[in-house]
Amino acid sequence: MPQFDPSVFSELLVWLALTFVALYLLMSKFALPKVAAIIDARAERIQGNLAKAEAIQAEAAGVMAAYEKAIADAKAAAQAEIAKAQAQIAADTAKREAEFAQRLGAQTQDAEARIKATKAEAVAQVKAIAADLAGSIAGKLTGAGVDAAAASAAVDQALKERA
Amino acid sequence: MAADAHSPLAQFEIKPLLELHPFGIDATFTNASLIMVVVVALITLFIVAGMNKATIVPGRFQGMVEFFYEFIANLLQENTGSAGRKFFPLVFSLFMFILACNLIGLFGVFTVTSHIIVTFALALLVITIVTAVGFIRHGAHFCSYFVPQGAPMWLMPLMIPLEIISYLIRPISLSVRLFANMVAGHVMLTVIGGFVVGLNGLLIGFGVIPLAAIPLIFALEVLVALLQAYVFAILTCIYLNDAIHLAH
Amino acid sequence: MELEAAKMIGAGIAALALGGAGVGLGNLFGNYMQGAFRNPEAQSKLKVNPMLAFALIEATGLFGFVIAMIILFG
Repeated sequence: MPQFDPSVFSELLVWLALTFVALYLLMSKFALPKVAAIIDARAERIQGNLAKAEAIQAEAAGVMAAYEKAIADAKAAAQAEIAKAQAQIAADTAKREAEFAQRLGAQTQDAEARIKATKAEAVAQVKAIAADLAGSIAGKLTGAGVDAAAASAAVDQALKERA
Repeated sequence: MAADAHSPLAQFEIKPLLELHPFGIDATFTNASLIMVVVVALITLFIVAGMNKATIVPGRFQGMVEFFYEFIANLLQENTGSAGRKFFPLVFSLFMFILACNLIGLFGVFTVTSHIIVTFALALLVITIVTAVGFIRHGAHFCSYFVPQGAPMWLMPLMIPLEIISYLIRPISLSVRLFANMVAGHVMLTVIGGFVVGLNGLLIGFGVIPLAAIPLIFALEVLVALLQAYVFAILTCIYLNDAIHLAH
Repeated sequence: MELEAAKMIGAGIAALALGGAGVGLGNLFGNYMQGAFRNPEAQSKLKVNPMLAFALIEATGLFGFVIAMIILFG
């Protein structure tokens, strides 16, 4: 097997040492720092972008809170307005109802008074007619004229007795 | 023992390309050296090309480079925690070197990692660094690593040599694992490739059967190439963690 | 020639180690499948460790392969 031939060992070792040391130096001094730099730059960039995104998110949350506050304020104002209007309407209604009730009461009283007057008038007329009728009936029955005043007094008397 | 041209082992032959003997050391530039240089160039080119126009949002090439970077970074982070961060270039270089050697080997040129001396040197490097880290961080206290906790006292004469042997055998198992996987895969591919010719000579058309098996075995070998690089890296991380945290 | 024959036999015996690796891999993937069937949601989380174990177990068998190669060609 050529691998176990000691005469090739020294040349292989020399060239291995040369090439491997060259590779190590190239990697450690030249190639790997480049890769490390770009990877670090990317990590930094990602970190920065994340921080920026977080800041923007916080800002958005603030805007959102302000918006919600404005909405709540508007709602409260609207509610107050509505309550005020409702109170106004209720007061108006109560006032109008009271007025109406008063007018109704007045009209009723008026009407009642008129009815009473009409009734009294009717009763007076009935009395007069009754006295008249009683006088004429008594005249026809007796043949003699009856005094209208006496007849009226008699009717009054009779009404009083009945009542 | 030199293998002949048709042996399954001929692919592991080292062919000198340029004789070099500086300071009396045999440093001949061979096909293995060529592949190692190509591997280093390819890895560097891969990262430089991927990072050439590096952007915050990665393109395909840059994404690939970053995938490898983060893969090894996560591996190291999971196994050693933040204390192992300074070994990241080492683990990354080891992983990329072994991965590139394994994968290039599959293209039939030459497999550097199929040479025991290469894998052994890499494993020895890892173990040396791990041991040095252990002694630098914990001083002589690192020797307590070889004393198993909770074992009864009378077992210590048995347990301590066992622990030391298992520690010393780590570079061997680490290197032989990679080496054997690579050799076995390549030998198997070559042997089955030989079956195609051999069975066709026996009966025309019969060679189709091993020919159909080759893509499957090749796919398995790609998996093994990736896995062995991963295993080498993860075991390096685990050994480093043992030395850093001394949790045993 | 007796040494050659003995080498061949020895290499064959050393290759038996791969049988152990086969048993180990069978155990590993059998148990992995069992776990995956019992808890399919965890399947993606369980994917990495079996692969690592596969590499480690396979290596054990391949140590025997290396011994065989050393005997034959070393």
